[in-house]
Amino acid sequence: MSTQPIQLHTPLGVEVLVLKAGDHIELSGIVYTARDEAHLRMGEKGIPFDPDGAVIYHCGPVIHNDKVIAAGPTTSARMNELSGFLIDKGVRGLIGKGGMGEMVRGQLKGKGVYFAFTGGCAALAASHMALKGVFYEDLGMAEAVWVIKLDRLPLVVGIDAHGNDIFEAARINAEKAFRSYSGKPCSGSQ
Amino acid sequence: MQVPADDEVYEALADATLRAYREAVIRLPPDVLRVIRKAAAAETNPVAHGEFANIVKNIMEAERLGVPMCQDTGVPVVYLTIPPAVPLTSGLYTSVAEGVRRATREIPLRPNVVDPLTRHNTGDNSGMGMPAIHLKPGKRFTVTVLPKGAGAENMSRIAMLLPSQKDQVEKFVVETVYLAGSRPCPPVIIGVGIGGTFDGAAALAKEALLGRVDTMTDFEEQVLCAVNRLGIGPMGLGGDFTALAVKVKTAGCHTASLPVAVNIQCWANRHATAEVER
Repeated sequence: MSTQPIQLHTPLGVEVLVLKAGDHIELSGIVYTARDEAHLRMGEKGIPFDPDGAVIYHCGPVIHNDKVIAAGPTTSARMNELSGFLIDKGVRGLIGKGGMGEMVRGQLKGKGVYFAFTGGCAALAASHMALKGVFYEDLGMAEAVWVIKLDRLPLVVGIDAHGNDIFEAARINAEKAFRSYSGKPCSGSQ
Repeated sequence: MQVPADDEVYEALADATLRAYREAVIRLPPDVLRVIRKAAAAETNPVAHGEFANIVKNIMEAERLGVPMCQDTGVPVVYLTIPPAVPLTSGLYTSVAEGVRRATREIPLRPNVVDPLTRHNTGDNSGMGMPAIHLKPGKRFTVTVLPKGAGAENMSRIAMLLPSQKDQVEKFVVETVYLAGSRPCPPVIIGVGIGGTFDGAAALAKEALLGRVDTMTDFEEQVLCAVNRLGIGPMGLGGDFTALAVKVKTAGCHTASLPVAVNIQCWANRHATAEVER
């Protein structure tokens, strides 16, 4: 990589609005894990933490003896329909894998960004994390909201606050490539 | 040749299953590491380069901390080779299941096995036909564990092509990877089963994942090249490497059939073999 990652600290503010899709960043500070069940409950009963500038991590970690053992990202698209109210309440960052839909891309405009963290990198994630607390523990380990302090977790901006989405760009390219598939012998990547 | 007491054999098999499981979820085989490192060095897309850097660091952290490299520790797929001196009994099955339960507690693994309809979790990765056990006769008594995560497994497909469509095999593989997009955690390793029966092709595709991925036939190289033209890249962020390897296994099939199965595996192509020590 040619450039140093941008350092960000939670709670996030307007500094996220200048980030560009494709920027490498390192995130420090508190994040909150949330999957499907936690989103549904927060939608019904209210957000149990201060959402102003908060960051949500789409993750169902393995926690053992009050330590984060493994905490890779889960598929963010499952939260496509469930994220709008969080962004409305002030959440400025979402972390996950695989990107999100058009609706979330619109909801993030002028407000926040989506960060991609590498799928399967559960051990790397855990080595940048300290457990600070938990909400909704009755939902079970994977679905609870874990309060985790990050120390420079390496992320990439997948969707920026201006509607740029590198997942969508890759999807469009793949569709073009598949449509032009000819079955001719292939050599090299071009 | 003296046949050891059953209890000893069973205890040794449960122990070997636990050892193979631990090795599989913590450390990748050397050939898999080699293709990941090679692709990481060759990738030209800067975002993809960062993804590879995280993958390589993650592999090192898992080994350093002695923890699973991914929180999806999969469902247990187990291959046994049974030497002539070991009788084929139900005890072999119960011993492997016992090894899986111990692995779930001791490593620990995430309990992933549920009833398919009630979705009730058995809590220990065994029960209801799990672990999936495949037996073969062999000279040595070994157990191979292939923990299969759901993200990639869910993107797998099978087609009953017509015999006249043998030129369509590559396109079916490319289409499968295209439809999967970012979901199987690319860069993927692709197991392809061609021929056999409907079920047999799927079994071949999974077994293909156990083959060495740092060496490929011309056909496998060709399919890999066609897949990588999609440009989906690591985690669907775009890049040169959507896949790291294609492995094909074939079997004879009906003259009127051409089954093709594609088993998708994420970059963490986890599998390990342990000798059953008696």
